[in-house]
Amino acid sequence: MGAAQLLQFTIAGLKNGAIYALIALGFTIVYASTGILNFAQGEFYMLGGMVAVWALRTLGLPLLAAVPAAVLVTVGVGALVERLALRPRRAEAPLVLIIITIGVSMLLQSLARHLFGPNEVALPPFTAGPSITFFGAAIERQTLWVWGLTAVALLVLWVLYTRTKLGLAMRATAVSHDSSRLVGIDTARVVMVTFALAAALGALAGVAVAPLTQTAYDVGARIGLKGFAAAILGGLGGPVAAVAGGLVLGLTESLSAAFISSTYKDAIALVVLLAVIFLKPSGLFGRAGREKV
Amino acid sequence: MPDPALLRVEGLHAGYGRVPVLHGVDLHVDRGEIVTLVGANGAGKSTLLRTIVGFVRASQGRIVFDGDDISRIVPERAVRRGIALVPEGRMLFGPLTVEENLRLGAFARGRESAGHGSDLEGVFALFPVLRDRTGQTASTLSGGEQQMLAIGRALMSRPSLLLLDEPSLGLAPKVIAEIFGTLGVLREQGLTVLLVEQDVKVALRHSDRGYVMRTGTIAMTGTSADLMADDDVRLIYLGAWHEAALGGDGTPMTGDAR
Repeated sequence: MGAAQLLQFTIAGLKNGAIYALIALGFTIVYASTGILNFAQGEFYMLGGMVAVWALRTLGLPLLAAVPAAVLVTVGVGALVERLALRPRRAEAPLVLIIITIGVSMLLQSLARHLFGPNEVALPPFTAGPSITFFGAAIERQTLWVWGLTAVALLVLWVLYTRTKLGLAMRATAVSHDSSRLVGIDTARVVMVTFALAAALGALAGVAVAPLTQTAYDVGARIGLKGFAAAILGGLGGPVAAVAGGLVLGLTESLSAAFISSTYKDAIALVVLLAVIFLKPSGLFGRAGREKV
Repeated sequence: MPDPALLRVEGLHAGYGRVPVLHGVDLHVDRGEIVTLVGANGAGKSTLLRTIVGFVRASQGRIVFDGDDISRIVPERAVRRGIALVPEGRMLFGPLTVEENLRLGAFARGRESAGHGSDLEGVFALFPVLRDRTGQTASTLSGGEQQMLAIGRALMSRPSLLLLDEPSLGLAPKVIAEIFGTLGVLREQGLTVLLVEQDVKVALRHSDRGYVMRTGTIAMTGTSADLMADDDVRLIYLGAWHEAALGGDGTPMTGDAR
């Protein structure tokens, strides 16, 4: 295999990896503030793409408005999921809440099928034009959008967590709900904001990638699994680990397609997931024990 | 005439699930007072403090704070109302820095946290060791420093009532003396304190009045001096039994067996 070809696979890996990273971040921040895995995370990705297409075709919005509108609608859905499906059962064991998220995932998927139909659809690229050639490899313009939007999302998240009072409250809530309430943090609201944020990350991924791969009402489960594998790879720890997990998973998939066979590309995520769970449950970057006071 | 009591607990019943812990507790803390609550493990001291701030729901009775019934308050509101709890086990934010812990202490004050810097200075004046630790995570502090941080965090909310749950637990005598030494300073700043403490001698020496709790009710009350002179209290809580009445299996004998 030539260098250009290898570069082409690497670019594809980093493109998918950025998407996985956004989904993994969604899993990670919700896990941090609630201790539960939100298996509806993939549906946020689905809604991002589907709502954007619907806004573009049915409402006739310009692409520039349809994309942020789709993210905003999904943010609303994320907040509602927390408020209506999870908060009433907040006192239950985590497993109960996790099963609720699986139910929410099914519900959102069938609602999407009714509202948007069963067909595969696609968004036009955000900027038209031919691919860019880079050392003999082709980079689609939309791939640059995927990377750019991922970078912006990470920057916004970083500023939010390290520079704002809300971010400090979110980090405090991740440490302990009781301690947070003691200093006056409305933890129920923080959890709702976290769901909204996770929805935004999922929708952003879905809408950024919709011009590259077609989307449909049922794409959530597959991407949810990939994002979950990436999050586990990152040890469900900090945001940096989640992003690294996403990129590692994307590259692993892409390079295995290059060197082994593309037939097994989707199975790679499962193999990685199982390997991490069996061999290093704390994730690639995890420490053995957890800090405690 | 206004009620001299900042906190008034009347016939309070509370518990966890179906397990009742408090069976009709009556006590009051006047403005500017330091009041100690003593009693054996399981008597309900911590539960009382947790009920006052709303972690535990009162099933009967009333909690009146500054003239208002707060029996149904939740913790995130209690701190806004001016009640700060320094909980047993401190409940710090371990992975966060000392400064972040203190800033979180001022969280409830919202927009009017303009005096935030001077409050930080106030905490550092009280516990100078924290000033050198601002960038360290709370989990790396020693036990005594963690207790100071927990008190500092509570003070950052500018409470009028400070509830202290077992501040001396697991600490060296020198550190205990330092922490209790600050109580007088806090009182001069206008703070009212309700203290739960297993080190009864130290606690009564630093407080005005005391209550003795037994199986979920108040068994005895009086000034600290009276309680320290009381035979029962001396026998059970002040270690007098060490010399006088140690039971054969090493447990203190009860009052009746004297």
